[in-house]
Amino acid sequence: MKDQDIQLDREGRLRHFLTIDGLKRQTLVDILDTAENFSTVGSQSVKKVPLLRGKTIINLFFEASTRTRTTFELAAKRLSADVLNINISTSSASKGESLLDMLQNFEAMYCDMFVVRHQTSGAAHFIAEHVAPHISVINAGDGSHAHPTQGMLDMFTIRRHKKEFHNLSVAIVGDILHSRVARSQIHALNILGVPDIRVIGPDTLIPQNADSLGVRVHHNVQEGLRGVDVVIMLRLQRERMTGALLPSEKEYFHCYGLTQEKLTLAKPDAIVMHPGPINRGVEIESSVADGPQSVILEQVTNGIAVRMAIMSMTLGRSPGGDKDGT
Amino acid sequence: MSKILIRNGHIIDPANQRDSVGDIYIAAGKIVAVDRAPDGFTANHEIDAKGCWVFPGIVDLCAHLREPGQEHKGTIASETKAAASAGITTLCMPPDTQPIIDTPAVVELIHQRTEAAGQSRVVTLGALTVGLAGEHLSEMVQLKKAGCVGMTNLDHPINDSKVIRRAMEYAASNDITIFFNAEDDDLAGHGCAHEGLVSTRLGLAGIPETAETLAVSRKLMLIEQTGVRAHFCQLSSARAVQMIKRAQYDGLPVTADVSAHQLHLTEMDIGYFDSNCHVLPPLRTQRDRDGLRKGLQEGTISVICSNHQPHDRDAKLAPFGETEPGISALETLLPLSLRLVEDNILNRSNVIAQLTSNPAAILNLKTGSLSVGHAADVCIYDPELRWTLIESEMLSQGHNTPFIGWEFHGRVRQTLVDGKIIFSR
Repeated sequence: MKDQDIQLDREGRLRHFLTIDGLKRQTLVDILDTAENFSTVGSQSVKKVPLLRGKTIINLFFEASTRTRTTFELAAKRLSADVLNINISTSSASKGESLLDMLQNFEAMYCDMFVVRHQTSGAAHFIAEHVAPHISVINAGDGSHAHPTQGMLDMFTIRRHKKEFHNLSVAIVGDILHSRVARSQIHALNILGVPDIRVIGPDTLIPQNADSLGVRVHHNVQEGLRGVDVVIMLRLQRERMTGALLPSEKEYFHCYGLTQEKLTLAKPDAIVMHPGPINRGVEIESSVADGPQSVILEQVTNGIAVRMAIMSMTLGRSPGGDKDGT
Repeated sequence: MSKILIRNGHIIDPANQRDSVGDIYIAAGKIVAVDRAPDGFTANHEIDAKGCWVFPGIVDLCAHLREPGQEHKGTIASETKAAASAGITTLCMPPDTQPIIDTPAVVELIHQRTEAAGQSRVVTLGALTVGLAGEHLSEMVQLKKAGCVGMTNLDHPINDSKVIRRAMEYAASNDITIFFNAEDDDLAGHGCAHEGLVSTRLGLAGIPETAETLAVSRKLMLIEQTGVRAHFCQLSSARAVQMIKRAQYDGLPVTADVSAHQLHLTEMDIGYFDSNCHVLPPLRTQRDRDGLRKGLQEGTISVICSNHQPHDRDAKLAPFGETEPGISALETLLPLSLRLVEDNILNRSNVIAQLTSNPAAILNLKTGSLSVGHAADVCIYDPELRWTLIESEMLSQGHNTPFIGWEFHGRVRQTLVDGKIIFSR
């Protein structure tokens, strides 16, 4: 049927960045290494490198986002690209213009990259299939499918703290069923060789055949957290309360919310992660979110370097390679 | 009146247990003799069918022709022409037109348009409830008089079990067959793919197997109570086939069909969001596909249909879950069915029956066989013609099919309806 390697060019290099599923370990390591090189840019007095000077990047956000959109924008600006932010919920989508018509209009403005967030699974693939060949598409989250840059920044954060992946136990807690973040993390952890990946939640929030993703399912949080190196808490969307998925926030917090007490079951040096935004008192206790084991704000900072790496790699330039204008 | 002789074809006519070379004589639109010319018969047209198979024209139990109301997707003229080219001589059209087929006037309109097109026949299913809304019973007797061959509510939900029961009782007392699409609306939700490996990997809203099995069991209970003759359309799960098998064993008056694509594709074919594989009911697992094939082998499922749903280009140009479901399937119905014969999964004569005499029996139509006295609806098929499905060569207005590029062995050469050659290749 369809070409499954749409995100790679003929030489196997990243052309789009749509999902981590199916990528090679080396590609992920390259992203992490490249991001490591970029991570100092933000602390310099001149926070810019001219790698993408003259390139135009359009942030197409069909769904609200603060963190992701801002860090993509900062990443692009630090690479010296011109950035346009378009918030589609207030734009033509409400006038009944089709997605493709809208894209063709942006293409006509000679842009080089779309960073896309969309509420429907598969939107990024769809756009990548239909854009002009010179345009790269980066998936900034599509429905419940993938959020690969988030997945990579989480790997970056884990590697900074744990150095290696091959000896880790990682637990992901919460709404796996609807989480694009969890799917991207699970693919990345598997590709990078993490031997023990656990997902923890009630059956209403765990997808069917979850084990096929390469994880072990735990319904009991105490059991699931025992001895892990990394605890990833997922955001619990408020609208899940209406679909008979959970009885109440209170009961959820009681069963799955991360407290100091539950955290003691993990390894003493375990780190606590969360893709944000946090619901304090729903999935995580404030003292844990703000505590010494939390790396939640680091994740945000790392997001910039990782997105710089992915943007520069998909547009064909890495800091060690063809340095246009430096 | 023209007299036609189809000479030397390999006649496959399951209704008459015929599977050998012979001649067919046609006069005044009817089959007048097989093998031996009637007295004084002189053909004014002879078709040399040597090397070809000659079987009854195909009766397709479910083809959405889109007219009236969605002519940008297909018209009776365009789709009956595509059907003729694929050996289909009778199309059964469900009532989800605009306006919905819940009054005799719409049935008449469709008959007029069909006649004007002059291609394959079209028969209609009437809406079981007014506007398919699941509340008030439609005027089934009037619809039947106007020509509707059965009633259905398609996949539009009837939430009130009492309404289903009353509809069944009313249909049963008027000798009307009800066609059921087995889907529990609540469990199916806004799902767009089988709830399983692929929906989990791609983050697509899933439709669990129980959406089908629960609906089948709910209906079977009421069928048992009311005694209505019921036909289950487009089964998608192996479990549902087992349930129908059991019901048939228990003597319930139930039959079932499967759409041809379900016999070849599974959820895996969605790949990375191929919207041409967005169909309802969804493509399920390989175990389900094998269960459906087995259902045909054992006779639990007696019909293969197209479930033809032509679309305009835009309908499939969106992220997977936002696209409209369905495949433009008339032109692949026969080739996909016969491929299972080629692969030694099904028996040739049985497949022809599943495409002709079996659906005709469910619709209670005097077609689907080459019996003397029946209308001369005939398909002449060259088993040696090799071809590839190419988008630009499709006759249906809808080109939405995942089978583009598939190579097939054998193709329709000529199609006759009422003794008239409506298609010739």
